[in-house]
Amino acid sequence: MCLAVPGRIVAVSGAGDEAAVERLATVDFQGSRVEASLVMTPAADVGDWVLVHAGFALTVLDEADALETWDYLRQAVGAETLAEMGLAAGPAEGGGT
Amino acid sequence: MMAGAGRRSAAELLAEVRAAAEAAGPAAIMEVCGTHTVALFRSGLRSVLPAELRLISGPGCPVCVTSQGYIDAACELAARRDVTICTYGDMVRVPGRRGSLERLRAEGADVLVVYSARDAVRAAGERPGRSVVFLAVGFETTAPATAAAVLAADRAGLGNFLVLPAHKRVVPAMEALLAGGGCAIDGFLCPGHVSVVIGAGAYEPIARRHGRPCVVAGFEPAGMLAGIAAILRQLAAREARVENAYGVAVRQEGNAAALRLIDEVFAPAPADWRAIGTIPASGMELRGRYAAYDARRRFGVELGGNYEPPGCRCGQVIQGLLDPPECALFGGACTPTAPVGPCMVSSEGTCAAWYKYRRAAGRGGGQARSD
Repeated sequence: MCLAVPGRIVAVSGAGDEAAVERLATVDFQGSRVEASLVMTPAADVGDWVLVHAGFALTVLDEADALETWDYLRQAVGAETLAEMGLAAGPAEGGGT
Repeated sequence: MMAGAGRRSAAELLAEVRAAAEAAGPAAIMEVCGTHTVALFRSGLRSVLPAELRLISGPGCPVCVTSQGYIDAACELAARRDVTICTYGDMVRVPGRRGSLERLRAEGADVLVVYSARDAVRAAGERPGRSVVFLAVGFETTAPATAAAVLAADRAGLGNFLVLPAHKRVVPAMEALLAGGGCAIDGFLCPGHVSVVIGAGAYEPIARRHGRPCVVAGFEPAGMLAGIAAILRQLAAREARVENAYGVAVRQEGNAAALRLIDEVFAPAPADWRAIGTIPASGMELRGRYAAYDARRRFGVELGGNYEPPGCRCGQVIQGLLDPPECALFGGACTPTAPVGPCMVSSEGTCAAWYKYRRAAGRGGGQARSD
């Protein structure tokens, strides 16, 4: 439950909108797109890599670290866990199930 | 790939672990976080680590540490015709006295599995005539999300959004395990993503007051190996410090915005843990005027006492007192498809991990079916 996954912000809504109470980002996870709140990462913006947990960006990451994280996420937690989180993990490899 | 400073291959790190283990002698390291438990199995690291190093799974699976009284209260609320339950997935299958949320849903209860607390607020907006109760479980990684959801509901005037609070704080639980003395723990591999929120500095009391090395690690094999090697090096040198082996995501002071959210909405409070009982300041209560969003208050629901399903030893498993195969139900009466206790339900549960990976590896396969 405490696993967070890195993705790249491709759009931000609510920025500069007086009525918006919260900035929301569209975050791309290797092809899957999920909406995430930026309330915990107020400085994050389009193009940044963020670590997302349960619909909230927890921190900003370097691109190299984020991509490396994706490499191990596929093997360390497995495709089924990522699928449960609504994130495609690419073709399942070596899962055996 | 990137040779040089700080980037070593898994093979190099494994050699470091072996050397440090030899210097440290027999050692027991607790991986506090359920995500680490699964990653250690999945990566195969458990089977290549030195024999004198014992890895103990800790109380870091949120579903597993949730008391039966809480499960029963959630089921009692789900059985009401005017209530919709919103929950993270693993919770629906934990058996309570009156069956699981999944069974209640099959009988007509409105139980929604959500990915985010934000989805629960949305559900409340879409169901003005019903009370939408979010099952707020999890450690400091998920607590700020619940806090943000309460604030969002409050701003939107959604009085039908409610929370059944059971968030837990990881450091008081680690201190309680040490104070209990039942489990010999020489050092802690500290959770990666909890620490993004609370910061590596949060473990200073464990290192200083209890003299145990605490090392924050990520979830990739190299990161976990670096964390384990760091703990063993400290043990060999008779040191107890906090080290951060997950610097790419974790800062010493944590995430200030997330900590502010927690502090605005929640106050530290005693909390019930499965089998362990009440641990002071290890939970979170809705603070001040946000207490109006507490489902227990709205419906007059009490959390019942701690108890365990007959024969179930999850309570000892989460404290590191028992390895899953030592439970008589493991792999026979209790399996992932027909779980008795939460450690077999949750994908991050210690029993589910042992069942899946120990059997897959063909080790102890006969033993798992012994009855």
